[in-house]
Amino acid sequence: MKLKTSITSIAVGAVLIAVGLCALVESPSAAPAPSALLLNAAGATFPYPIYSKWFTEYNRLHPDIQINYQSIGSGGGIRQLQAGTVDFGASDMPLTDKMLGDFKVRVLHFPTVLGAVMPTYNIEGVNQELNFTGELLANIFLGKITKWNDPAIVDLNKDVHFPAQDIVVVHRSDGSGTTFVWTDYLSKISTEWDTKVGKNTSVNWPVGLGGKGNEGVAGLVKQTPGAIGYVELIYAIQNHLSYGRVKNQSGDFIKADLESVTAAASGVSKSMPADFRVSITNAPGKTAYPICSFTYLLIPAQIDDAVKKHAVKDFLHWMLTAGQNDAEGLSYAKLPKEVMTRELKAISQIK
Amino acid sequence: MANATVKADRARFSRRLRQFVRQLRHGDEVAHLITLLAAASIIVVTVMLVYQLYVNSSEPRHKFGFGFFLGKTWNPVSGDFGALPFIYGTVVSSALALLLAVPLGVGAAIFLSELAPARISNYLTFVIELLAAIPSVIYGLLGIFILVPVLRTVVMPFLQHTLGFLPLFQGPIYGVSMLAGGVVLAIMIVPFIISVSREVLLAVPVEQREAALGLGATKWESTWQVVVPFARAGIMASIFLALARALGETMAVTMVIGNDPKISVSLFAPAYSIAAVIANEFTEATGNLYLQALIELGLVLFLLTIVINGLARLAIIATTQKGTQTQ
Repeated sequence: MKLKTSITSIAVGAVLIAVGLCALVESPSAAPAPSALLLNAAGATFPYPIYSKWFTEYNRLHPDIQINYQSIGSGGGIRQLQAGTVDFGASDMPLTDKMLGDFKVRVLHFPTVLGAVMPTYNIEGVNQELNFTGELLANIFLGKITKWNDPAIVDLNKDVHFPAQDIVVVHRSDGSGTTFVWTDYLSKISTEWDTKVGKNTSVNWPVGLGGKGNEGVAGLVKQTPGAIGYVELIYAIQNHLSYGRVKNQSGDFIKADLESVTAAASGVSKSMPADFRVSITNAPGKTAYPICSFTYLLIPAQIDDAVKKHAVKDFLHWMLTAGQNDAEGLSYAKLPKEVMTRELKAISQIK
Repeated sequence: MANATVKADRARFSRRLRQFVRQLRHGDEVAHLITLLAAASIIVVTVMLVYQLYVNSSEPRHKFGFGFFLGKTWNPVSGDFGALPFIYGTVVSSALALLLAVPLGVGAAIFLSELAPARISNYLTFVIELLAAIPSVIYGLLGIFILVPVLRTVVMPFLQHTLGFLPLFQGPIYGVSMLAGGVVLAIMIVPFIISVSREVLLAVPVEQREAALGLGATKWESTWQVVVPFARAGIMASIFLALARALGETMAVTMVIGNDPKISVSLFAPAYSIAAVIANEFTEATGNLYLQALIELGLVLFLLTIVINGLARLAIIATTQKGTQTQ
């Protein structure tokens, strides 16, 4: 009995030592080579595929600089940057003045690529691309228009025969930049939406079902007769979803694609503030798609470590020039030239 | 001379023996200490957890007070947060899951331990234990692609047609709903109930069965009136284990429950659970109040689990008869 306990305690001790040894052995192998510079970044999940490609590519060109990006969501990225645990952050929406006030340091916004959001639907017997206006989308998502054969829908799509089917609204259940862009657009178009619901990464939806992620929304729409939801451009392109055209500021019905999204950014570029914090939904321009946005890198305006500062500046320069060519291959709309030139100038603000 | 060395050797030997025994006793002490530390660490972790949840939710606690428990709105834009729809969703979906899973699980456990041939019982138990190891996201995917369409096209119209006079089965049919959440949870927790209950039933002494049969009971009478009551506490324990899993389940629930924080009597309406909203909104929650409201929801889930487990323990104590074995 006693022998047994002592054996057990020895065994427990041995296991503890083994675990300790493992921890000792594991940790150095995960760290980079001693000479390499490691930059830590965290934030939005939406641009993760392109960021991860950029950081790998940049590391191949500059083996001494390694950028480690955790796609934990914009909220997490902003908090980590506030706490100073990362060198830079990433967010799908520009920070508000209040949020910037919470920072100890000044933070610069650098738009990297563009995303867009579009309505997708599943109506019995309707295979055409439908036309929508912002007003109509707001009324559907407010729960004011509840049937597909409502005159407001039929008037915009005269050649389509609509069934008298109930509309089932589907939205994102997880907090997301996609929801922010969608609600930002609806807030701009409809004062009722703005006062009743507003814009955010999650909102208090008046009606509808929540699906987790683009795949959750697309899955629910596909399965539910009469459903309408909204998904990200990249997701729609890669999964060959059909989606509707939306009327833009100049009155044209535009289908979202990489060109019409870049055109929206281009339309806003003249009126863009110096810090790039701008919403580009409902942008002017004949070919501009109205529901799109920048995604941003958040860079501290002051970086004390000279080596790090040089690396960050050099990466930004590369990302804005050579890096942009990688965007369309991954279905991200690239920045228009005007914005790119202004950003290249803004790099010098990093001190 | 030689004798003296032998004596000295013997003395040395017995001294060593005594020392060894003392060390063994020491070993006892060491084991005692290590196991004590293991037990204490659980309490320390729990206390730290609650402390962190409490401290990090100060803003909404001060702003809403107890109103947080009763608030029906969850509006991240205006900063108005209430937990009631989530508490409701969590409790009702878990209760629904238990309602479906307990008869099924206990029935299966009785069959496997009492009635099935040993070989079949062993094979089936192996399969059931495999079920318990499937990640919950898989259950969620199966739920959304297979269960929800079946519910929407077959089960829900049938229920509405036959039992539609009950408010439980009224309203539009979307598929994703409180009912779907409850069914997926039930499927997930059945393996726990079966495998623990079966072990408990098998542990009932053979003499109990023999005595019952000797008194002229049939096989079923002996099982239902002697073996099952004897194992009742253990079966209850398996149900609480399952309940704990149901209360905290996140991925599978969020994929099928519809994620709409509204309170509706109808099981066909979408709902939302505490764990699901935390997982959904935590990553993109900007602003302290919003983030801390989510953390406070974590605290609410913790309290809810304590209350429900406490009530369950009371139920056990109240119903436990003499002679019942506690597992």
